[in-house]
Amino acid sequence: MIISAIAQGLLWSVLGIGIFTTYRILNFPDLTAEGSFPLGAAVAVTAILFGIHPIFASLLAVIAGMLAGLVTSLLYIKGKIPIILSGILVMSGLHSVILFIMRRPNLSLLNQPRLFDTFSGLPNYFDVVVVGLIVLMIVISLLLGFFYTDLGQAYIATGDNEKMARSFGIETDKMKLMGIVLSNGLIALGGALVAQNNGYADVNGGSGIIVIGLASIIIAEVAFSNMKLGERLLTIVIGSILYQLLLLGVIRLGLDTTYIRLFSSAILAMCLMLPQVRQKMRLGTLIGKGEEF
Amino acid sequence: MTTVLQLEQISKQVFNESDRHTTILNQINLTVNKGDFITVLGGNGAGKSTLFNAITGSTSVSGGQVSLKGKHLNTIKEEKRAAFIARVFQDPKMGTAPRMTVAENLLLALKRGQKPTLFSRGLNRHYDYFKSLCETIGNGLEEKLDVPTEQLSGGQRQSLSLLMATLTEPDVLLLDEHTAALDPKIAVRLMELTDQIIHEKQLTCLMITHRMEDALKYGNRLIVLEKGSIKSDLNEKEKSALSMDDLFHLFERDETPAP
Repeated sequence: MIISAIAQGLLWSVLGIGIFTTYRILNFPDLTAEGSFPLGAAVAVTAILFGIHPIFASLLAVIAGMLAGLVTSLLYIKGKIPIILSGILVMSGLHSVILFIMRRPNLSLLNQPRLFDTFSGLPNYFDVVVVGLIVLMIVISLLLGFFYTDLGQAYIATGDNEKMARSFGIETDKMKLMGIVLSNGLIALGGALVAQNNGYADVNGGSGIIVIGLASIIIAEVAFSNMKLGERLLTIVIGSILYQLLLLGVIRLGLDTTYIRLFSSAILAMCLMLPQVRQKMRLGTLIGKGEEF
Repeated sequence: MTTVLQLEQISKQVFNESDRHTTILNQINLTVNKGDFITVLGGNGAGKSTLFNAITGSTSVSGGQVSLKGKHLNTIKEEKRAAFIARVFQDPKMGTAPRMTVAENLLLALKRGQKPTLFSRGLNRHYDYFKSLCETIGNGLEEKLDVPTEQLSGGQRQSLSLLMATLTEPDVLLLDEHTAALDPKIAVRLMELTDQIIHEKQLTCLMITHRMEDALKYGNRLIVLEKGSIKSDLNEKEKSALSMDDLFHLFERDETPAP
């Protein structure tokens, strides 16, 4: 069970990393994720059913996610629609797109090849762990490589201080577009991986996934503070695994799975409030000791 | 003398909710020559910051033409103008990327106006240069090259902003009350540093200031803005003959005296 949770955590962390590239770097709450995640799942599963190799099916999912991101970013940048609303519009529209792709609300991968088959000789769940680690290694090294190019630095600067970035000649709109496209490509990859692990794609598979993605980011930030960018990406993987273990623990404790989403949101809300609580406590002790700050 | 920056009949109007327009800049004509260091004075709402925004392109003008070295800028976007026009903001937080380190910020500044590529940023190649650059300031910035700028003091941040703005020797440097948010002592030191850099690199500079003594002490030309128009434009000779009292008199006729 624990290995299964770790395997799940590894796959879901791709989603977390995807959300991180916009939510934390650009400070964008991009809700397209709830559409691009099941879109990735739908594209990958449909492609596999058409006989396409799982690797290429997963890559197709990435492209589909990037296109979804492109629509969101164009609505936001050219259409001047606020980013949250742009994301909601695309997320909602993607529901129909997914139904169009799959021709039905859900599609099973029963007896079909999956990305994990290459390592099917390994004991249960270990094949998923190995594939998850390989994918993460590729994703994280590519992302890190990108962040330390001139373009990547311009992208980070745009999220850090847009006005300043523009004053040094960085075309911030292009950077935002690139970030949203990139992020949704990663999120769709997460969808494709999770769908292949679950063995099916569902049109409603994206509902609530923002919470899961954010949870891995926030848990990572609460558990490990002051990280460099590369370390931060790795801690999101750990955060994602911790979140899955937490869910496992809660289910083991006998919580009715009906309430799992409520529980997830509650965990996330608490983690989001934690920095404030910490600060208040620290201020309290400082005042108590009469120290300067 | 070569003209670097030319403003012809620059106007800026904004419309408020009841569709009545307010004139912020009113037919401004200004010719800035190479090597000019112009101090800009004016009360609240005189249009100083809007004038800078019109030059950088962060605000579009309602009428008139901005030209840089004879080239019309009106249709050129802010990001493109940034290759030649540098700016330091009043708020120390505005000039740097807070989560990026001092060295990373300097690297961004070094690549001002270049199209970012997918080549490695090459921070290590410039690291020693950045270190020696920071040492010239003398406020310990060189010890903090790997520190995110959000952890710097206001003075350190602002001197970094200045360093970044002048690194590639822009055609025009715009300083928008860049010492106003600092402690008086640190503000004086930053102002001396500013003067030194401008002279060493022979930059062309416009500096908005609310400190009359700085307006008198620095630069070779002084302009006073009032209600969107240039009220006085004093050359080096007239400026050096000016006393603080004279300067106050220039403002006395103004309905909104300088703070």
